[in-house]
Amino acid sequence: MTAAGPRPPRTTPTRTAVAALLRKELLLERRVPQVLPAMALFSVVTFVVFRFALDTTSVEGRTASGVLWVTLLFAAMLGAGRLFVADHEEGGIDALLLAPVDRTALLIAKAITFVAFLALVEVVAVPVFVVLLLEPGLSIADVGRLALVLLLADIGIAVIGTLFGALAIQTRARDLILPLMALPLLVPVVIMAAKATAPVLAVTGSGAPGGRYLAVLCLYDLVFGLLAYAVFDFLLDD
Amino acid sequence: MDAATAIELRGLTRRYGYRTALDDLTLTVPAGATLVVFGPNGAGKSTLLRILATLLRPHAGTASILGEALPDRAWAVRGRIGLLTHDPLLYGDLSARENLRFHARLHGVPLGRVDELLAEVKLERRADEPVHTYSRGMLQRAAACRAVLHDPEILLLDEPRANLDPGAIALLEPLVGRESGRTRVVTSHDPAGGLAEADLVLGLREGKTAFLAPVAEVDAARVAELYAA
Repeated sequence: MTAAGPRPPRTTPTRTAVAALLRKELLLERRVPQVLPAMALFSVVTFVVFRFALDTTSVEGRTASGVLWVTLLFAAMLGAGRLFVADHEEGGIDALLLAPVDRTALLIAKAITFVAFLALVEVVAVPVFVVLLLEPGLSIADVGRLALVLLLADIGIAVIGTLFGALAIQTRARDLILPLMALPLLVPVVIMAAKATAPVLAVTGSGAPGGRYLAVLCLYDLVFGLLAYAVFDFLLDD
Repeated sequence: MDAATAIELRGLTRRYGYRTALDDLTLTVPAGATLVVFGPNGAGKSTLLRILATLLRPHAGTASILGEALPDRAWAVRGRIGLLTHDPLLYGDLSARENLRFHARLHGVPLGRVDELLAEVKLERRADEPVHTYSRGMLQRAAACRAVLHDPEILLLDEPRANLDPGAIALLEPLVGRESGRTRVVTSHDPAGGLAEADLVLGLREGKTAFLAPVAEVDAARVAELYAA
């Protein structure tokens, strides 16, 4: 048990650390669901509010796209605010910092978890949106097209949400700081996602999301993925 | 710094805003020795432990752990340090076994080590219950398992026996006590108990060194003076 003498530095492979963190995230959310129910419930309630505020069951095209993305964006903010709470309050971040692990493992694991949470919320929220508000509904092909836009936007939201979630959790006013910092950077994601989604939700039109909007979403995901990778270490530093 | 030196601090200073938590601390701890740190609340004991654990950066001076300079080479000593503080660093909604397996994966330790440690501290029976249902003593035992899971060369212990009954103290002794044979930095408010396990004694008052001496040169009365002042 006792260390016999000085040992060389050791590091755990990032892949192993990410897998351990993902397993822990899913275990915690399964044991005490906190993020998913809050996000899903918020989305459903917001669609109900839109249903009565707009006093219609038939939005389509750009309006439908706007309603969908504003709702998903604020639901995502709710999730980003909860992403690091357990780690911050129960010392999980300190424990990670004590381990011989590249700190970006935490960024990767949290971003993957967040994308998974967003996807699960959308599995619930989008059908509710279609039933309550969308006219004339979605074809199977439209569902596939919408899923592509959702995935690309979710990656951008998850990376930015994770980055600023980690920053905000270290402040007292985290519930204020997170949206103040993250929302301006998420506006381009929402604009591109809404523009790409509008044709899919239109009664008339091509039905296909605009290729250039998808390309910009891909580029945005890439740029912020690299930026987050570059600065995340410093966010966790003292 | 030779191989027989585990910790070397020169003029170490750390501030929080305008308040200096540690001021010009210089000391050397040989490998395998126990440094016991006394001092009233706010004296800088926990700050010292967090700097040694690489969780805080010094603002002035130098710190070297296992021959690696902090903070530049902090990555090289992570995984070679065990930290046991008042915060158990365990997720309350996970069981002790789930928590320890998580830490074992982060440290690249075989999962079998988790069961060995749980048996050693007699937690197997409740190892699958959420940690938030544990008593303070059980929590400290689980946290001690976490601190030594990866067989660290240096142990940083913040009042490790606080709130523990004699039975629990005896259980933890092989893991975090003198008989573990590791280099240890232990904070304590118990002069008799602290001196009994010390090789070196550091007294801190308002972040400054009140005394630093081999245990043979320090008695309980001198430690008590720290608190009286």
